[in-house]
Amino acid sequence: MKPTRLIIVAVGGQGNLLASKVLGEAALAADVPVRMSEIHGMAQRGGVVESAIVFGDARSTIISDGEADVLVGFEPAETLRALKKCNQQTTVISNMAPLPPFTVSIGRGTYPDLDQMKRLIEAKTSRLIAFDAAHLARSAGNIMSVNIVLLGALCQTGILPLSEDIIRQAIQTRTKSAFVETNLKAFELGYQAATG
Amino acid sequence: MHKLMTDEPEKKLLLLGNEAIARGALEAGVAFASTYPGTPSSEISFNLFQVAQETDLYFEYSTNEKVALEVAAAAANSGLRSMCMMKHVGLNVAADALMTLAYVGTRAGLVVVSADDPFMFSSQNEQDNRYYAKLSGLPVLEPSSVEEAKDMVPYAFDLSEALGEPVLLRTTTRINHSNAVVTLGALGPRQTKGHFEKDPFNFVTVPAVSRRLHVRLLDNIERAQKMSEESAYNFEEGQGSWGVICNGVSYTYVMDAIQDLGLEDQVRVMRIGFSHPLPAERIGAFLAACEKVLVVEEGEPYMEEAVKAFAQERALTLPIKGKGPDLFSRLYEFDPAMVRQKLAHFFDVPFTLPKAPDLSDVPEIPQRPPTLCAGCSHRATFYAVKKATEGLDVIHPSDIGCYTLGFLPPISMGDFVICMGASTGSAGGFARATSQKVVSFIGDSTFFHSGIPGLINAVFNNHDVTLVILDNRTTAMTGHQPNPGVDMKELNLDGYGKVDIEPLVKAIGVPHVARIRPYQLKKSIAAIREAVEFKGVSVVIAEEKCALYAKALRQAKGKPFQVSERCRNHRDCIHDLGCPAFYLEEEHVRIDPDICIGCALCAQVCPENAIVPLKPKS
Repeated sequence: MKPTRLIIVAVGGQGNLLASKVLGEAALAADVPVRMSEIHGMAQRGGVVESAIVFGDARSTIISDGEADVLVGFEPAETLRALKKCNQQTTVISNMAPLPPFTVSIGRGTYPDLDQMKRLIEAKTSRLIAFDAAHLARSAGNIMSVNIVLLGALCQTGILPLSEDIIRQAIQTRTKSAFVETNLKAFELGYQAATG
Repeated sequence: MHKLMTDEPEKKLLLLGNEAIARGALEAGVAFASTYPGTPSSEISFNLFQVAQETDLYFEYSTNEKVALEVAAAAANSGLRSMCMMKHVGLNVAADALMTLAYVGTRAGLVVVSADDPFMFSSQNEQDNRYYAKLSGLPVLEPSSVEEAKDMVPYAFDLSEALGEPVLLRTTTRINHSNAVVTLGALGPRQTKGHFEKDPFNFVTVPAVSRRLHVRLLDNIERAQKMSEESAYNFEEGQGSWGVICNGVSYTYVMDAIQDLGLEDQVRVMRIGFSHPLPAERIGAFLAACEKVLVVEEGEPYMEEAVKAFAQERALTLPIKGKGPDLFSRLYEFDPAMVRQKLAHFFDVPFTLPKAPDLSDVPEIPQRPPTLCAGCSHRATFYAVKKATEGLDVIHPSDIGCYTLGFLPPISMGDFVICMGASTGSAGGFARATSQKVVSFIGDSTFFHSGIPGLINAVFNNHDVTLVILDNRTTAMTGHQPNPGVDMKELNLDGYGKVDIEPLVKAIGVPHVARIRPYQLKKSIAAIREAVEFKGVSVVIAEEKCALYAKALRQAKGKPFQVSERCRNHRDCIHDLGCPAFYLEEEHVRIDPDICIGCALCAQVCPENAIVPLKPKS
């Protein structure tokens, strides 16, 4: 199976590792070869968490610059920062609800303009699916479901060698039972957002 | 039941590398495990800590890596299969024990895991611990994947028992923190009660004994070399007259590169998984079959130098390259595209670089540096020290932990950090060598780990230093592991002692000891000022539970604060404290009530007393 390379970037606390875990478990259930690596050294202290997930026949667990087939960003500035992982054929999915870094919150940096970010990403990649995933997560009943909203959008693109059902099953079995219902709703809303 | 206790051989689980290593140990029947936490090794021990709570496995968080290795060495020499894990720099701390343990050997299997960190994702250096194998004479195994890491652990135990020596298992971050599908083996039976057979002429390393033991160690290295020649973890694949010798994760990048470049019929690969002693005969035969050879290894040219020596011994003159200006670097970690490019360059085959986008028109993206958490008591202590020493020229030796981040603005307190415990030792040197004031910082776990000897030294040599012990009641940085000062009853665990820092410091003979609650700012500043003015050694113990740990224990009681109308926009709160709960809204300072934990530090700093508790909504 030809490899599909996915990068997920997020801010510590946004649930990147859980989203990766759901995809990894879905791949295991579907008998799709999968390898993932994660860097989360100081995530709890406000840093960036990056996961690389390689589906299919490859042995590497990391993804070089310019070699991601899909980039999913849980935060717009982090999506832009990770653009070096992309190429002209890459599909990018990004939450557009900003979580300004602390440096910006206290006036020591400027947060990039959202429309400019969209234009830049669109110009350098094949496709950008951008929407307010925080809003959809809240609609689903839990702001913490931003990660699952984005999984829904990712699933809709059909780029991953994983079916909708198998990801849904992984959400059911791998996320906390109290949140399964809101997570499934979040998945649906993300799926629809990518369709529209 | 813990996931790693799943007793279903052939079942496939998605496991983190560190979980796979812990599982491998359980399949090997490990009975005794010890550690000092350190990224990227910490999840190995955390999983064993959990398993120990539901089985007869013995697990301990030891005070430091040297102690961890000593307890494991005793257990292994009493007949228990033992494992000791640490991050790479931890092996420096344990090295004194390791070097002579190599002479003494073990009676049951002992595996020492060294988790190296190329690129220093969360470390102060990127030393290559394969050299410890060479230095000590011990075997070292290096997995290339998560699955192999699991399988290598039982092999390491068997190898350790066959040689009567500890075996090093060296991983890198990309093994420890990768996930892959692992096929479970059977859980091994555990022998948990040992007996120590006295044998002083083999265990007591006086010179006459050690002279004989060193001979035995050299014999063992020869035996180990034969095992390395026969080991299935050193293998060849592919065909052709171009050769690649590689290890660890580099092997996976090499195999992907060969496939991507379509070189399956031109390149033969020798993967080294048992890298000390190296299989000299097999490498010699491999070289003899090649026209040119590229050695692909992260870190130091450990294999490259040996491979060149093997070629020289066999009068082989083929080109052998590895590190070099146009080839591989000793710096940082490798990645698949880099290895593909270097392979193509060395073997002179066409190659197109990945089409990375032109990012020259992307605006500067504000950095997202790690920062002390909202309500972190270290911030309060740093601020109190800054206020107490205003106007003085102060050096702040600091140490390894969350509080290392205090070196960043706006706190900017941290001037010298080299290794665990060095804040207490280096402080005395600065005090003697300069006329500057010295106020150093160390966390509770690091103090227990290796800060105490430096403090004793300061008392004995009468250095004029102030040590601030940031006692947040846990080992916060690595994920809240216990340390000797932790009240284990709070974790519902019985059978532990507890070491209190204040009586310990007093017993050392520190003449001036103060205890502060850092959120009580005025009192803290006064106590620190008094300590700094004291001529000689003074210690200030700043005690406040880590905010995240308190939250996890459901002990956090604080209520969020807000900025009231009284605010005159001095912004001392933002500029001096830099707490991540602050943000600006139309040039007005606001506090995010979802982030604020109600420590009230900013309320004490505000010159207008404008920061007040957020009133409950009516």
